[in-house]
Amino acid sequence: MSSEELNWTAVCKLGDILPGTGVCALVDERHVAVFRIGDAGVHAIDNIDPRSGASVLSRGLVGNLGEHIVVASPLYKNHFDLRTGECLEAPEHSVRAHHVRVCGDEVWVALA
Amino acid sequence: MLEPGSPRAQVSPGPTRGRMSDTSMKIVLVGHGMVGHKFLEELRQLQIPGAEVTVLCEEPRVAYDRVHLSEFFAGKTAEDLSLVAPGFFAEAGFTLRLGSRAAAIDRRARTVTTQDGVTLPYDKLVLATGSYPFVPPVKGSERDQCFVYRTIEDLEAMKAAGAISRKGVVVGGGLLGLECAKALRDLGLETHVVEFAPRLMAVQVDDEGGRILRSKIEALGVQVHTERNTVEITDGRSARHRMVFADGTHLETDMIVFSAGIRPRDELARQNALAVGARGGIAIDDHCRTSDAAILAIGECAAWRDQTFGLVAPGYEMARIAARQLAGDAQAAFGGADMSTKLKLMGVDVASIGDAHGRTPGCRSFRYADECKQVYKKIVVSADGKHLLGAVLVGNADEYGTLLQMALNSIALPADPEFLILPASDGKAKPGLGADALPDSAQICSCNNVSKGQICAAVGEGATTIGEIKACTKAGATCGGCVPLVTQVMKAEMARLGLSVNNHLCEHFPYSRQELYHLIRVGEIRSFEDLLARHGQGLGCDICKPTAASIFASCWNDFVLKGELASLQDSNDYFLGNIQKDGTYSVVPRMPGGEVTPEGLIAVGQVAKKYGLYTKITGGQRVDLFGARVEQLPAIWEELIAAGFESGHAYGKSLRTVKSCVGSTWCRYGVDDSVGLAIELENRYKGLRAPHKIKFGVSGCTRECAEAQGKDVGIIATERGWNLYVCGNGGMKPRHAELIASDLDKAALVRLIDRFLMFYVRTADRLQRTSTWRDNLEGGLDYLKAVLIDDSLGIGDELERQMQHVVDTYQCEWKTAITDPAVRKRFRTFVNDPRADQRIVFVEERGQIRPARAEERPAIENAEVEA
Ligand SMILES: Cc1cc2nc3c(=O)[nH]c(=O)nc-3n(C[C@H](O)[C@H](O)[C@H](O)COP(=O)(O)OP(=O)(O)OC[C@H]3O[C@@H](n4cnc5c(N)ncnc54)[C@H](O)[C@@H]3O)c2cc1C
Ligand code: SF4
Ligand code: SF4
Ligand code: FES
Repeated sequence: MSSEELNWTAVCKLGDILPGTGVCALVDERHVAVFRIGDAGVHAIDNIDPRSGASVLSRGLVGNLGEHIVVASPLYKNHFDLRTGECLEAPEHSVRAHHVRVCGDEVWVALA
Repeated sequence: MLEPGSPRAQVSPGPTRGRMSDTSMKIVLVGHGMVGHKFLEELRQLQIPGAEVTVLCEEPRVAYDRVHLSEFFAGKTAEDLSLVAPGFFAEAGFTLRLGSRAAAIDRRARTVTTQDGVTLPYDKLVLATGSYPFVPPVKGSERDQCFVYRTIEDLEAMKAAGAISRKGVVVGGGLLGLECAKALRDLGLETHVVEFAPRLMAVQVDDEGGRILRSKIEALGVQVHTERNTVEITDGRSARHRMVFADGTHLETDMIVFSAGIRPRDELARQNALAVGARGGIAIDDHCRTSDAAILAIGECAAWRDQTFGLVAPGYEMARIAARQLAGDAQAAFGGADMSTKLKLMGVDVASIGDAHGRTPGCRSFRYADECKQVYKKIVVSADGKHLLGAVLVGNADEYGTLLQMALNSIALPADPEFLILPASDGKAKPGLGADALPDSAQICSCNNVSKGQICAAVGEGATTIGEIKACTKAGATCGGCVPLVTQVMKAEMARLGLSVNNHLCEHFPYSRQELYHLIRVGEIRSFEDLLARHGQGLGCDICKPTAASIFASCWNDFVLKGELASLQDSNDYFLGNIQKDGTYSVVPRMPGGEVTPEGLIAVGQVAKKYGLYTKITGGQRVDLFGARVEQLPAIWEELIAAGFESGHAYGKSLRTVKSCVGSTWCRYGVDDSVGLAIELENRYKGLRAPHKIKFGVSGCTRECAEAQGKDVGIIATERGWNLYVCGNGGMKPRHAELIASDLDKAALVRLIDRFLMFYVRTADRLQRTSTWRDNLEGGLDYLKAVLIDDSLGIGDELERQMQHVVDTYQCEWKTAITDPAVRKRFRTFVNDPRADQRIVFVEERGQIRPARAEERPAIENAEVEA
């Protein structure tokens, strides 16, 4: 899918996200976690933690494990790759990664 | 079937074992002490087919750790000392008869009869009856308030007597006598030791060592009387008893404990014409068999080559041999035991190895004495100067492990063996014995017969802390004397395997938490960015970020949500609440000491009602409100703060609660105001961030209604002040707290707690409760006492100052959070929508809310989870 066909939604200002943390945005009624990570830019994945069914991933701690830029679920501490949505400990619990970009100081998300 | 007594069985153990399964074997064990239980554990592991095991246990309780009996006075209970894992008998299928003494044996019929008349048949009888304390035949020794030191009942009686006595005497200045003297001193009595011989510990140490030991012990306030032969005990004038000595002098005292040696309990053998040793004890051969091959004897009651063993390690070895013997392994043989000992008596190290008195013909000795520091060391070497035969160490026994291994493994001595005991001087390294020098077969832990090879194997399988080594090999789990050497072997093996990286916090920092703490403190680092730039790499992770945040808080105590700090906090600290399974949070207002006014309680109730929160009383004597959504938290706290409440820090790795009983204010037994103290302490330490959560308890008297001994810090009121216990835990792995100081006034108590908490904050690993920290602390309780009470590291003032800084800079995090609009703004569900999280659904149960289960949720919600 080329980015022209994506349906972009402006969710917030970049300044609304404290560097090194995430927020949850509602995009077409879907809960999306949007993270801002220093130089590594912004990332978006589903906000719902498949293991608990709770909408919490945006509240996890972010960082890196080797090559992976990850968030740790605040509930069971399993790690999700922010670029692919893969759950490193249990691939069956992976989530979807979404498109995100910053234009000016506006953060835009498009569901994948 | 076993061929009873056939010496030929030794050559062919194989077939014997093969034939056993078709018939049953009734095994009766007499005596369930330390050795008896070790025998059962071995038996259970060997799984002998057809074995039916019955245990006669004279004492009212199952086997307990007699070696650590004295810890009963430091707060350990009978349950803590128990050696028997819960469910042991049921799982092993062994029958236990508690309070049942074997009174008679019929060797021809092969039966044993108990004192209450039950007769049991046996194929094999195992005697593990231990010893009894010898009471010298002194007129009056049967008077009231005269005790011996052997069982939990003895100690209970001593404790009761101690409470109504001022003065106590121990008869016997041996190893046990001195341990007993310490107990009396800890009970607060004026303590005396009366010894028949000219010196203390005559068996283990020589004259010069005995002299230094005596002056050290006298310096601790115990009066020593040597060369005193007690001839009579009569009524005293100034105290209950008067002890009259052969030289005409006398000593008055309220209670007396006899600790003048032990005698094997061989009465069953004597009644039944079994052979006994020249100096008593049931005679056994190398296979633990008595003169009747159907009867075995093990432990302190047994005499091997006319020798009895008053230590647990040889008994354990006999237990292993007897069990293997019954399993058909006729080759298992006892080869004597090393009687070397190391112990700490009232903080004084004493050790004795092998031929301590230099009795080997032609041997020579080296001696070192320092009368200022009160240290005495002696080594005995062979005539050719090549091997170590024995040693005596008093005042400092650091070299014990090295010397013992040199003696046991006949390791060649260095050219100048005197350097082994001389203090290391300028630059000249001591000729230590690297763990590498030991053969794999070297026995490192004699109590549990653990070799160097076994410890290395455990490391290979992933055990990398002393606690883990203890758990999987049992090395160090009994007397603890071998722990320094076990640690050394473990570390050497870890280094060999390249495992030493293991204490690194995570991939971002090549440091342990303790090292990181120092880097932050000394480098005055206040931000994660700075820390990462100076000492780390990568972006950080959910391990190092909260660890750094916690250290920043312990050191500088800034508001945890200030600027960049906020991004380091895990969800609980970021939202200042405890996250629950559905993503809602729980709210806990602080109620110091568990005290709350009716108005306060009503206010909490009104908040709960208004926001529809589930309400429950916690184990820490306060109220927990569940089911708050992120965006509700600031409003809820605004109302709680208006009603006078503060954050309870239930979400933080920090001080949680100080639980208390009502104490002397209301309770008819209370001796001091436990609630008042609890409130003061909770207010002092609230907000302190630590490697893990910290709980306190304060009880108003020894009845201990606040369960303070199950807490990280426990305080119990006494008639003379406060007793301080540390490093207890309820939770996953319960641990009894240990007494660290007694009868403190409040200022001294607070000072000691300041030091304790800060020392823990400084040195513990991430997520290590005080109990595991303590279990892994090299040097154990003595080390902790030395650091905190004697200030052996010279950091006491610094620790107190750092704590005072934390106390002075306390703020209620919630108050700061709700008054800072930038912080307050972060409490929302969606960044782009004011609605609440529709996925949070409650149903009602018992009149309150609870999260809906998957099947109770509306179907559309589930549809959305599918990616
Ligand atoms: C205070 C103290 C400190 C010690 N410190 C150390 C130390 O630091 N290091 C060390 O190595 N050792 C130490 N010891 C010695 C150690 O405890 C013993 O070596 C060990 O307990 C011996 O075990 P056992 O099973 O042979 O005897 P015990 O543990 O005494 O068990 C014998 C059991 O048999 C029971 N019994 C006796 N007769 C009968 C009968 N007819 N029917 C049924 N039951 C019977 C007894 O009631 C008892 O319960 C210490 C001992 C004491 C008291
Ligand atoms: S510990 Fe003592 S003072 Fe406190 S409630 Fe219990 S009996 Fe009373
Ligand atoms: S015991 Fe288990 S279920 Fe209960 S609160 Fe603790 S972690 Fe949760
Ligand atoms: S030597 Fe006693 S526990 Fe290891």
